[in-house]
Parts: sequence; C-alpha cells; structure tokens
Amino acid sequence: MNNFSIKNVLKKNTMIIVMFVVYIFFVIMTNGVIFTESQFTALISQNAYVFVLGAGMLMCMLTGGNIDLSVGSFVCLVGAIAGVVSVIHMVNTPLTLLILVGIGVLYGVILGYLIAFLNIPPWIATLAGYLAFRGAGTEILTSVSTTSAISNFPADFLAIFSGRVFESPAGILNIPCLIFGVLCIALVAVMNFTSRAGKVKKGYEAEPMGYVIGKTILEAAIIGLLTYKLAMDGGIPTVLVWVVAIMVFYSFICEKTVIGRHFMTVGGNAETARLSGINNKIVMFVAYLNMSILTVIASLMVTARFKAANSFAGQNFEMDAISACIVGGVSAYGGSGTVFGMAIGATLIGIINLGMSLMGLDQNWQKVVKGGVLLAAVVFDIWTKKNSGKK
Amino acid sequence: MANVLLEMKNITKTFPGVKALDNVNLQVEEGEIHALVGENGAGKSTLMNVLSGIYPFGTYEGDIIYNGKVCEFHNIKDSEKKGIVIIHQELALIPYMTIGENMFLGNERGKKWNIDWNKTYSEADKYLKMVGLTDSSKTLIKDIGTGKQQLVEIAKALAKNAKLLILDEPTSSLNETDSRALLDLMKEFKKQGMTMIIISHKLNEVSYVADKITIVRDGSTIETLDCKTDEISEDRIIKGMVNRDMTDRFPKRHDVEIGDTLMEVKNWTVYHPEFAERKVVDDVSMYVRKGEVVGIYGLMGAGRTELAMSIFGRSYGVGISGKLILNGKEVVLRSPKQAIEHKLAYVTEDRKGNGLVLTNSIKHNTSLANLKALSTNLVIDKDKEYAVAAEYVSKLKTKTPSVEQLVGNLSGGNQQKVLLAKWMFANPDVLILDEPTRGIDVGAKYEIYCIINDLVAAGKSVVMISSELPEVIGMSDRIYIMNEAKIVGELPASEATQENIMACIVKTGKEG
Repeated sequence: MNNFSIKNVLKKNTMIIVMFVVYIFFVIMTNGVIFTESQFTALISQNAYVFVLGAGMLMCMLTGGNIDLSVGSFVCLVGAIAGVVSVIHMVNTPLTLLILVGIGVLYGVILGYLIAFLNIPPWIATLAGYLAFRGAGTEILTSVSTTSAISNFPADFLAIFSGRVFESPAGILNIPCLIFGVLCIALVAVMNFTSRAGKVKKGYEAEPMGYVIGKTILEAAIIGLLTYKLAMDGGIPTVLVWVVAIMVFYSFICEKTVIGRHFMTVGGNAETARLSGINNKIVMFVAYLNMSILTVIASLMVTARFKAANSFAGQNFEMDAISACIVGGVSAYGGSGTVFGMAIGATLIGIINLGMSLMGLDQNWQKVVKGGVLLAAVVFDIWTKKNSGKK
Repeated sequence: MANVLLEMKNITKTFPGVKALDNVNLQVEEGEIHALVGENGAGKSTLMNVLSGIYPFGTYEGDIIYNGKVCEFHNIKDSEKKGIVIIHQELALIPYMTIGENMFLGNERGKKWNIDWNKTYSEADKYLKMVGLTDSSKTLIKDIGTGKQQLVEIAKALAKNAKLLILDEPTSSLNETDSRALLDLMKEFKKQGMTMIIISHKLNEVSYVADKITIVRDGSTIETLDCKTDEISEDRIIKGMVNRDMTDRFPKRHDVEIGDTLMEVKNWTVYHPEFAERKVVDDVSMYVRKGEVVGIYGLMGAGRTELAMSIFGRSYGVGISGKLILNGKEVVLRSPKQAIEHKLAYVTEDRKGNGLVLTNSIKHNTSLANLKALSTNLVIDKDKEYAVAAEYVSKLKTKTPSVEQLVGNLSGGNQQKVLLAKWMFANPDVLILDEPTRGIDVGAKYEIYCIINDLVAAGKSVVMISSELPEVIGMSDRIYIMNEAKIVGELPASEATQENIMACIVKTGKEG
C-alpha cells in the first residue's frame, strides 16, 4: 500500500480540490470579479467569525458531537452590551474588553456547569440561551436606541478587529504585507522539509521528496497569491491576524497537547476516557467555557466590521459554525476532526456565499444551495468512509 | 440415517484482500445439534452470515442447499421465511420495550396498520412457556437478567417458526447455572425435532450438547467429528482448531518469589448506584502480595467487577466503606486518576465498551492512561509515543501492520493485547485483570497467560477475575471465591480443584 500514490493524495484532500473547483467555477460565472483584490479582503472579513466560532464548535463536537446553539444569540447580546458599555457609558476600551470577556467567562461557567455537572443535554441547555440572548440583546438595543442599533464606537475599540495592519492606499503595493508573505512562505517551506528530514532520520514512513516539493510549491503559490492580492488592497486585514493566530493555537492544542487528546478520547469513548483517568466533566466544562470566550471574540469582530451593534447580528451564526465543521470532515459523533479541516470547510462555505452574492443570486436560493452543499458533504463523507472500509 | 436438512457446498467468500471462507463444506442433518468451533476469525460467523442472507446471494461462491433445494437468500427475511433463524452473540433486544414487543419486532401480530396487542401478548406468553420462562410478556427487557434475555431471544426465534436455529456464542454472557439450563433447553428442543447449529468457544459445552462438531480453521472446514463414533475430548478439539497439541494450556511460571503484601482491602462494602439499599459488595477483605497472581472466581453477578471497579478510584458504586491499604499505607482513592497515580490499574472485562477507543490508533490507545510520561508541559512527544507503542506491539506480539492501525480493525485477541499494553505502560504495581481472556481464541489466551507470568516475574501483583474455572486454577497462586457479594472461600493453588471451588459456592447458597 502506498499512502502517497496520486489516488490516495487526491482522496485525502478532496475538500481542498472541491474548494478550488468551486472557486474556479465562480471566477468564470462572475467574469473574474471574485478574483479581484477587494473580493479577497471581503472573503476574509465577511467570514472571519466562522473560523473563530468554528474552532469553538469543533472542540464541542469533538467531545461527542455536542453543539452550542446559543452562539449566534450570544453574539448579539455581547454586541449590545459592548454598545451600552463603550458608547453610552463611555467606558474606556481596555475595561470594556475586560467586562465583555468577563461576561463570556460567566456564561461559559454557567453553561459548562449545566452541561458537564448537571448532565443537561447540550442542545437543550444552549437552546435556552438561543432564545433568551436574542431577546435580551434586542431589548437592550431598543431601549437605548430608536433604530435598535448602537453605532459611533470609539476608534480604538474598532481598530482591534477591523482595518489593516500597516495600511496603505489601495492599488499601491503594501511592503509590510509582502515581507510578511515571504516570511510565511519561507516558514512553510522550512517546516515541510525539516519535518520530512526528521521522519527519515528516525526511520518512520516519510513522504516521497517529490510530494514534499510539490506540496511546498503549491502552498507557496497560494500564500503568494493571497499576499499579492492583499498587498494591492491596502495590506493585511487585522482580523486575518486574529483568525490565523486562533487557527494555529487550536491546531496546536488539538494535535500536540494532552488536552487535545483528552477531547478526542472523551468523544471517541467516554467510558474508556473515564477509566483511563480523564475527568470527562472537566473536559465538557472546558469545551463550553472555551466556546463562550470565542463567541465574545466573534461578537467583537462582527461589531467592528459593521461599526455597530445590531439586534440582528449573529443570526444563524451557530449554523454557520456547525456547517463549517461538518463540511470540514469533523465527525458528527465526536472523536475526530481537525482545525485545518474545519478551516477548509469554512473557506468553502465562504466562497460559495460570496460567489452567489456576486452572481446576484436570490437570497432564498442561496439558502437552498447552502443546505444542499451541507447534505452533499455529509453524504460524500459517509460514502468515502464506506468505500475505504471495504479496502 | 436422518435427512440432510442443510448442505453448504464449496462456499467461498472474499472480502477485498482477504479470503474469509475458502471452499467450506458443511452438512447438517435434521434433528441434530451441530457445533461449529474454531479460533476467533476462523470464519464461523462469516459462514453463518452467508447462510442467513446477511451477505446476500451473489457476494459469495458456492451453493446453499436447504431441504433439498438450492436457495438464494438476498436478505435475512428470505432465510427467516424458510425457518432459518440466527441468534447473534450480542443480544439485540430493546431495553425499554416489553418482552412481547421485542418478540414480535418486525413480525407484528394483527394487521399492518393495527397491531393486535392482545394477540401479541398471549402468543408471547405461549412462547415464553416453551423456553421455561414464567415472567409476564409485559415485563420490560431492562428488568430481566441477561440469562432470561437470552431465553427471550430463543422464544423470539421460535415465534418466527424456526426449523433451523443458529446460536452464536449463546452462553458468552451467562453464568454456569444459566448456561447449563440453556444447553438443557437445547437438548429438549432436539427431542422435539428442532435442528440447531451452535457456535461456541466453550469446549466443555460443545462436548456436552453437540451431536457433531465441525472444526473451522483459517476459513476452511478441517473436519467433522461425530460424537457417537469418534472419541471426543477437549484436547482433541483444540488440536483440530490450532493444529497443535495443547499439552500445556497454561504456561509454567518460573520460580517467582512472593514478597510483601502490596494491596489489601478490609471490610469493603459497596452499594448499587441505582438501588441504593442493595449491597453489591458485602464486607469483603482480601490482599495480594508482590509477585503473586490472585484469582477471583465467581459466577456472573457475584460482585467481582463491582469490587474491582470500586477499588479502582471508586469508579463504580455508592456508599463505599472500608479500608484500602497500598504498600502498608491506608489511602483513599476518589477517582481513576488518583488510582493510576497510586500505581493501580484496572483492565476492564469490556474492552470495546470501556477499555479502548475503537476509532483511535493503537498508538493513541497505548499512551492513553499515561500521557504524562510522554509529555512536557502538556505537549506530547510524538516520537516517544510512537516508540512506546511500537515497543509494546513487539513485546506482546500484537499482530498489526503498524501502530497507526485503528484498534477497531483488530481481532479480539489483539485488542486485548493493546488494552494490556495501555495499562502496562501506565506502570502499575497492582493490575486487576477482569476476564482477561473473554472471547478470545485459544492461541491468544496462551499468550495472555505468558504476559501475566512476565508481569509477576517483574515484581507486579496481579488480581485475575475470571469465570472460567480451569483458567483460575491453572493460573492463580491463591484463589478467592466470591458469591452473592461476599467472599465465600479462599484456597491456595495446591487445594484448588473444580470440586472444591464449586463446593464453596454451593455451601453458601444453601445457607443463604
């Protein structure tokens, strides 16, 4: 058996290939509009929250297919509180952030306690938040504003999650962005080759050299393209820095640490985990506490992007995060899934959303397509698993 | 000479890459009990799945001739229509339904859109009587024991007008009394003209009940022994199964010096987590010394697993009282984590249910109970993890292409080895092995016994819980006998015979 035959490589990366095919499809359908600089930025800033919530949802799903339905409504409530604290009471930004994160921790602790220690099924415990937070958020906003929205956030508050790093006018090459891009390429290349060299040295099964070279060239091309496009559109969006940092952090947690292993084990077989000395309750507790804190970050991103807190903010965000996980191959039963997979899922859904909007497709039809994509991803996943099981 | 009811001719079944059955021939005469024996993975269950249509016609080669006609079964319904009914090893009853509902599941009485419940329950009661059950058919399945559940399965099969009944490991979850009752029931059915095929690991049962024994090895039928004409002994069957004489079913232990007491429990009492007034372990005192294998024998439900799990960080039961002394010091262990830290290991009887993560690799399962040893600041050293897993695979002779193999794809014996590796890597002083050889074949059993000997030779203590008498007698230095939540006897190896042990249990049964 050759793990690196062309067939197997393609099979392992099906979702990535699907993503490229879909992208090219939209490049053709939109006459290249989706390939312009400003659409690259749009793709990132519109979907940043999906990556952040997706990371939290992934941790919940790993523990056994558990989900959090309350994230969308909590985004709305946190936004509303942010508006009241920052705009109406004019509390300075660091303290505002502290208060918001504190609220996230408080909700996370309560939710974690309900789910982990009182054994309330997660979808019921979070359904309560789904209903209550939307109501509470809307109530706060309507009570202080006739338009049920709060805008005029202070600039230093908005700058944390919006705008660009070392901004330059559009159309002029942004030098810091280029330097950063080159550094990224170099880092990826060094990591690929040292990882292979390490495997060879220790006598493990290693990828063939050609595979590593090909993979590195492809990755370099993608990062290079992204760098160029972003450099031409004013620089790296601040929100991208957050997203990348969060992705790297959770990837590390999942794949390299004991904590990540505990999440996988609880989802894989809860009883085995318990008898192996893992405290399942703590794992569940941490999953939901973590989700709540990430939801606060996502809420800040969305508020900063719209420069306002709205009563409709965060609608269906929980579904976006769950879809990203499912399309990204995270097991709906728990125990398996990667941050990278989830990120691919989020990107694919983002591309489809953006592409359809640019094509001017009716909102209702967009929903139909998204539903279809989700179902297709699950069916495809089960189908490939079935086939590989026979081998 | 009776009629041949069933003939399977030249059956070959291939899965991609593996030939599971290779030219198998099987003849079953009307009114006989035909036993199918063989090591795990020999192909017994595959053969029965072909027969019952679970592997539909066309996915295998060869002919099934039933009642003189060549049959093509496309699904299980087809074979059931002809009266071939299979009862699987794992009971397929739904706990929160009544016996009656379960019995006619998929075979409902009355009209399609209007189930006749009166008819359902009266017929169910009739079939229950046939298998000797007096419970009402309106009892929920969860309220009856596994022994009775097995009988309900048989009654369910009878309700399908079974002519050929296939029982796959029917006694694997039953205690000796219930097993014997089941085997006697089979003999009773035989008198009434029923034909049966029994798959079993337990050779004493096979020789008790069977008229003919077909031995399957590596996907082929090796021979069929006729109990009337051939000389049948367990050793004779084992020889056929593994193709070697098993003169010594238990490996010799080389002069292990028995040292001081490592673990002791005193007046240990545990209550049932749901029925808080019921004692599942009652005032148990026992100890195990360094380098010693202590056997705990008892029938199923005697409280052995409950004793072990309550010692292991109170992972079972409520209202636990009593003293636990490790290395001369009294300790209180409140969680499995603390138990592991105090160098205690509990190797479960239920490797799939709570011992292993089947969807994870051998590597991840091996390291699971001792990730601490492989990590610094919570970051796992993956090279070390790989090396450790590879080391145990070679040490325990686990058969696998690599340590990345998913545990769910391994055979029972190899899964058991991974489970043992996991707990050996946790580096305990005392290992409690709960039914370490359940459901694994003779060859793998021998290897597990060797591992146990190695463990005590390395100065560990082993507590071995088992419901197989020969195994307890063959392996233990000292044996505790447990019955109805109490320790009812303690015998040194020199005095342990099947008769002595059973006498302990029978004696207390009378007193109670």
